[in-house]
This record gives sequence, C-alpha cells and structure tokens, in this order.
Amino acid sequence: MSVLAVEGLAKSFGAVRAADDVSFTVAAGEMLALIGPNGAGKSTCFNMVGGQLAPDAGRVRLDGRDITGAAPGRICRLGAGRTFQVAATFASMSVRENVQMALIAHRRRVWRFLRPAAGECRVEAEALLARLGMADQAERAASVLAYGDLKRLELAMALAGSPRLLLMDEPTAGMAQAERASLMRLVRALATADAIAVLFTEHDMDAVFSTADRILVLDHGRIIASGDGPAIRADPKVRAVYLGED
Amino acid sequence: MEFIATQALTGLAGASALFLVASGLTVIFGVTRVVNFAHGSLFMLGAYIAWSILTRLPRDPAWFAAGVLGAALATAALGVAMETLVLRRLYRAPELLQLLATFAVLLMVQDATLAIWGPEDLPLPRPPWMRGFVLVLDTRFPLYDLVLIAAGPLVLGALWLLFARTRWGTLVRAATEDRDMVAALGINQRLLFATVFALGAGLAGLGGALALPASSANLGMDLAIITDAFVVVVLGGMGSLPGAFLAALMIGELQAFGIVLMPRATMVLAFALMAVVLMVRPHGLLGRKSVGERAEALGVAFIRPARAGFAWLVLAILAVAALLPLVVGPFLLGLLTEALIAILFAVSLHVVLGPGGMHSFGHAAWFGIGAYAAALAARDFAAPMPLALALAPIMAGLVAAAVGAFIVRLAGIYLAMLTLAFAQIVWAIAMQWDGLTGGDNGVLGVWPQGWARAPEHFYWLALALCAACVLMLRRVLFAPFGYALRATRDSPLRAAAIGLPVTRIRHAAFALSGAAAGLAGGLAAYSKGSVFPTYAAIAHSVDALLMVLLGGIQTVSGPVLGALAYTGLSVELPRATSLWRFWLGLIILVLVMVFPRGIAGMRRAA
Ligand SMILES: Nc1ncnc2c1ncn2[C@@H]1O[C@H](COP(=O)(O)OP(=O)(O)O)[C@@H](O)[C@H]1O
Ligand SMILES: [Mg+2]
Repeated sequence: MSVLAVEGLAKSFGAVRAADDVSFTVAAGEMLALIGPNGAGKSTCFNMVGGQLAPDAGRVRLDGRDITGAAPGRICRLGAGRTFQVAATFASMSVRENVQMALIAHRRRVWRFLRPAAGECRVEAEALLARLGMADQAERAASVLAYGDLKRLELAMALAGSPRLLLMDEPTAGMAQAERASLMRLVRALATADAIAVLFTEHDMDAVFSTADRILVLDHGRIIASGDGPAIRADPKVRAVYLGED
Repeated sequence: MEFIATQALTGLAGASALFLVASGLTVIFGVTRVVNFAHGSLFMLGAYIAWSILTRLPRDPAWFAAGVLGAALATAALGVAMETLVLRRLYRAPELLQLLATFAVLLMVQDATLAIWGPEDLPLPRPPWMRGFVLVLDTRFPLYDLVLIAAGPLVLGALWLLFARTRWGTLVRAATEDRDMVAALGINQRLLFATVFALGAGLAGLGGALALPASSANLGMDLAIITDAFVVVVLGGMGSLPGAFLAALMIGELQAFGIVLMPRATMVLAFALMAVVLMVRPHGLLGRKSVGERAEALGVAFIRPARAGFAWLVLAILAVAALLPLVVGPFLLGLLTEALIAILFAVSLHVVLGPGGMHSFGHAAWFGIGAYAAALAARDFAAPMPLALALAPIMAGLVAAAVGAFIVRLAGIYLAMLTLAFAQIVWAIAMQWDGLTGGDNGVLGVWPQGWARAPEHFYWLALALCAACVLMLRRVLFAPFGYALRATRDSPLRAAAIGLPVTRIRHAAFALSGAAAGLAGGLAAYSKGSVFPTYAAIAHSVDALLMVLLGGIQTVSGPVLGALAYTGLSVELPRATSLWRFWLGLIILVLVMVFPRGIAGMRRAA
C-alpha cells in the first residue's frame, strides 16, 4: 500500500487556481519528484499535504488514514516530516537545540517545567546531526548558518520524528553543486534504509533525474505529465511548458 | 417610551463625539500602521485651545463655529508637528515600541498642558443659544446635543466624499490596502503621511472643541477618550471608517443606556463588548486581516544557558540583598521592598513578552487582580497573610488562564489591544464597584501580621518569595517548556510542523506569567498596606514594559536590572522636577528612537 495517497486535490487563491485535481501516490522507499515552473503550485500541494493549508476539495491519506485538513501537529505525529521552501528553524537556539526541540516535541516531553532542557534527547540529537554531516556545527547558532546548512538542519528536524513520509520543498536551494548531489544521495540512502516515502521539489534537473524514482510535472496547478526520467525528458508537453523555459 | 427616545438621542450625541476622534485615529492607523496613544492628547489640546479661543470671542453661534474650526486647524498643525518630530521616525519600529513612544508623547503633552493652562478644569460658560431645548416626544432635549448628533454623519459624509472623489483620497485608500504599494507607485510618502496626520489630528481637535461645552477642558480627558477611541477603532476593524462609525454608534448607545440600567458597569460594558467581538471576529466588525497583522518579535537573539559560575553569582547577590536591612534606613528599606516587587512584576512580563513573543499591553491586570484578591481576602474574610498571599497568584493565574484562552490566539496589535482592554476592565471594576473595592479610595489597612510586621522581616519575606519565583521562572524558561515557548515565537510554522501544541504552550505561559504578576500584586498590597485602582491602570502596564525594555528583553537578567533602574528613576524623577511626566516621556522617546529595533537590539548589533 502507498504511504501517501492524494486524490483530486484543489486549492484556489481568489482567481488563481494554485492546485487543480491533483492526484498521485508515493510508496514506502520511493522518491517522487514534483517539478514545474515557478508558481506551478508545488508549494501549495506540499502545504495541503503537510496541513499548513486546507484544500478546497480532494482527499489526502497517510498510510490509509484520512488526514485531509488536519492540523500540522497531528499530521506530524501521524508520521510526516517536512522542510519548507523558505527554511524555518528556531533562530534563538543552537543547531543541536533545534534538533532537540524536534525530538522533545515528538516524544511529548514539552510539559516539563523544571528540568533543564540541555540534557533532554541530547545524545539522539547529536547522532542525527552526525548522520547529516553537521556534527561540527552542533553548537553554532542556527541564525548564523549558511543557507545550505540551514536546509540540512531542517532535514534533521524533519527526520527527528522518524517519519514514514518526508516532504521536502526545494531541499537543496542555496547549496553548491557537489553539496546538492551528496545531500540527495543521503536522502536516497535514508529512504531506502528506513523505507521512507519521499516527496520533493527541486529546480536542479540533474538532481531530479538522478535521484527520483518517478517524476510528476505540474503546470498552472494541473499535472501535465508523470513517469520516469526518460519518459519525462521525451514528453513534448513538458518540453513546451517547462524545459523550454530554461 | 420617552425615556428610550431621549436615551437613544443622548447615545447618538455620544456616538458622534466618539466617531470624530476614532475616525482620525483609524485613518491614521490605516495609512501609517501606527496606533497613536497621543491621539487622545490631540483631543485634549483641541478642547484647551478651543477654550482659549472661545472665551475671547463674542458668544453667538457664528463665532462659536469659527472658534471651533480655528481650534481644529490649530490641532491639525500640532498633529503635523508630532508626526514630523516623532512618529515619522517610528514607522519601521515594532508595534509595541510605537505604542510606548506615543504613550510617551501623551505624558509629555500632559505636563506641557499643565504648564500652559494650569491644573484647574476649564469649563466654557454656555452662551444662551446653547442652553436651548427642543421637545422630543414631550421631553426637553438639549439643542446642543442635536448639533453633536448632526456632526457625526456630516463628518462621515465629508470623509467619504474626500476619499471617493479626490486623487488624494484614492492614494489614502491605496495606502490603507497595501502599504508597500505607495512606495512602489513613487508617491511622496512623507507628504501623504503628513497630510493624513493633519486630517486625523484636525478631527481629534474638532472632537475636543465640540466636547468642550458639554463638560470642560481637563487634564484627564486624553486618556479617557483614547481608551474609548481604541475600543471603537478595534471594534470596528482597524483602518475601517464605516467600521468606526458603526462601533461608535454601538458604544455610544451602550453607554447611554448602560448609565441608566447598570450605572456601575458603564466602563466595563464597552471593553467587554470589544473583548467579545474580538473573540468571535479577531479583526473587528468590518476589519480585514491584512490591515494590522504584523506580529514582529522584538529582536530574536541567540540565547545560551548560564555558565558554571552563575549559581555562585546568584547566591552572592542574594546574600548581599539579605544583609541590606542591617545597614539601610527605613525609607531605603521600603524602596528596596518595592524594587523586589517590581523585579517580580517585570520578570513575569518578560516571560510573555520575550520568549513568548506576545506583546501584552495590559500586564497590570494580573498585578491588580492579585493585589485586590489578597487585600479583599484579608479585609472581608479576615484571611491570615499566608493564605491571602497564596490567593493572589491563584486568582490572577486563574483569570489569566480564562482570558488567555482568547488572547493567545491573536497576534500583533490585536493582541496588544485585547490585553489593554482587559486591563481596562479590571481597572474599571476596581473604580466603579465601590461596595467591594472602595472605588477610588481603594482598600486600606492591609498590613502584614505577626512576625512579618517588622519592615525588615517583610523585606526578607518579599526577598524570599520574589527570588524563589524569579529563579523558578528562569528555570522554566530553560526547561523543555521554555524552549518550546521560544520555539513558538521563533517560528510558529516550524513549531507546528514538528508537532508542538503552539496555542496550548502560549496559553500556559500566559497563565503562568499572570500568576507570577499576581503574587507581585499581593506582596504590593501588604507592603503598602493598601490597594488602589491605579495598580491595574495603563500607566502601570507601561511601567512593566519600560522595565523590561530598559533592561533588555532577551534574558531574565534584563528585567531584573531594568526594574531596579526604573524603581530608582521613578523615585528620583518626581523629587527632581514637578514636570516628571514630561521628562519620563522624553526618556522613553529617546530610548525608543535611538534603539528602534528594541533596546535589546543593542546587543545584537554589538
Ligand atoms: N497564500 C497565498 N495567497 C495567494 N496566492 C497564493 C498563495 N500561495 C500561493 N499563491 C499563488 O498560487 C500559485 C502557486 O504558488 P506555489 O504553490 O507557491 O507555486 P510553486 O511552489 O510551484 O512555485 C502562484 O500563482 C502563487 O502566486
Ligand atoms: Mg514553491
């Protein structure tokens, strides 16, 4: 059974149809890339799956459970972790504390009032950071990280809840070419090892074609093509609206 | 029947006066996004200037109209001066600092008015034509009230024409819809803002001048009108003129009928109406989300847990503080007790303001509730001091928990306004419910009992309670809960996405902070032996804000130092000058203008 199943999702902002009858599924261990020009509706789809936006129509199912319109916190607890297009982290905390915070939230240890947070989930946070190659940055302030590192920190926070589904909105923005490739390889390895379903958007076509199992092309809120790399490359509609643009 | 008709007409007259002031406030807010406390000062200046003009003019209707117009124009000019000298420098500052700065201007204008016109109320002897009556359903109705009733719709119509039919009006509407658009269109923003201010100030001046014959020019009218005008503007939806008109009608009628039906609750009714409407419609009756939602944290800085030596430092300070009664005299000892209470009050505000990112403008509410809870328990139920002191944080915490359920869902200026409104409700109850609270005379004779009767013993008690409470709050801020609270401020989006219960965390912090402020209030009741409505007044909320901002908003040490400095200042300043409000206002203004990103921003810049 697929981890994520989306059916007929729609969302309008005034006259703009940001998403229109979007349907797809992602299986465990599978990496699905959602691509399309700027304004195609990719982030809108992410936000409807993650609970940041309520869809106008359609259904979202996570492991068969209907999560349409549920709050982000509930969706997170049901097993979805995500990163945002504009990285969202806690600026007043260190890198390690950011990850600790995610672990504390996941393990529901928020309502502890007197024990110092410094020791809370510390070992696990450090292990997670080491896994993402950020061990040497653990004590730095999140607010001074380079943008690429901030995205990596977000990924660490998304992984803190051991998610079944990982949503990554432009995970490699702000990274150099080599860094991108290595991050995507890492995500691939995580997806395979822990059977995580991954839905991601990406502007770097090399990263998309080299990592995604399947690709979905969105334009003006509608899916205009789907398939594996070679099929998408060959699709005339995709070439017209998307690849032609570059 | 006659009763209903005349009360309704009286309500309409009140609504008109309110609308004149509120329309100026809402137009200025719409364009500049500044909530201007000093709008009340402009109203007051309008009345004083009108008094100076009208007492020198012939007493017939035509000269009266000319004098009122002259007062409005003079107030408009003063408003432009205010905009150019002060507000222009604040447009990019966080709302809370804007509120503080305009409150500082209000303080300065109060003392300037006192210096120019003196402390006496200045009534305008009514000329004969103004004393006329008309018969409405066999009841005599003052002619002048009809003049007032006509003024509201006339001004609304004129404003509508101005905004709908002139190029300037189109620009104002565009700026209200989308502030960035004005800059994008290449319009002279300074000129637009200054002219909008002139209009708004002129309307306030007109309102003040027209209100003069019905009462008098006096030094309390600025705060009295501005709190009502805030209610009208927020109730109607910030930036919305029709909303302000509708809200002014509602408040005017509510007050006219309330004064007959529930004379003890007139002030409470207005604020309660606003609170209820905001709970249901968070942006007011006709307001829109885009206008006025700009929840900006006051400088988010990287915070580290304390280093190893911190505990020793705290112990050393506490030891010194405990020894102080052995060396200082009774006056200084009283002052030190007051400083301890101020520290707890400031730290409790810090919890919501700093890590919580909730810009409360009514923190004195919890202090006041705590103080009255302790004092009333002691006086009416002969509760022993430990019990009364325990009741203070419990009552304040419970009320903060109940009210906070609605408040913590709001953000930005709406949160500031609802907290302000609630504090005003507490203040109004303390003022108006004489039977319970003694009204203006307060609750007296709340003295410490037994061992704590000696001033140095009470000081030690206050030291123990305040230090324990402050250290506990600090511990909470570095516990998982405190981190989670900071997380909801740093990034509500991320906090929700990792599964933090954002609203519940903010709510718990709000209640906790209210309880701590309540304990400070309870201690204040015993330390002074009395409780007055001023404990819950706006000025007291401002005191707390100043202490936190003075010392720095980032860490707990900030409000502690700020409270010490501010307590010293508030004792020394009135001793040094009779115009202490003026100097306090100036100090606030300088602080806000030199550090527009928050005084705490200093450290970030360094
Ligand atoms: N909150 C919003 N309000 C109004 N319009 C929006 C909002 N979010 C997105 N849009 C519009 O929806 C369309 C899709 O946006 P988005 O999902 O961000 O695209 P993408 O992520 O593919 O670049 C765009 O036209 C955008 O302007
Ligand atoms: Mg996007």
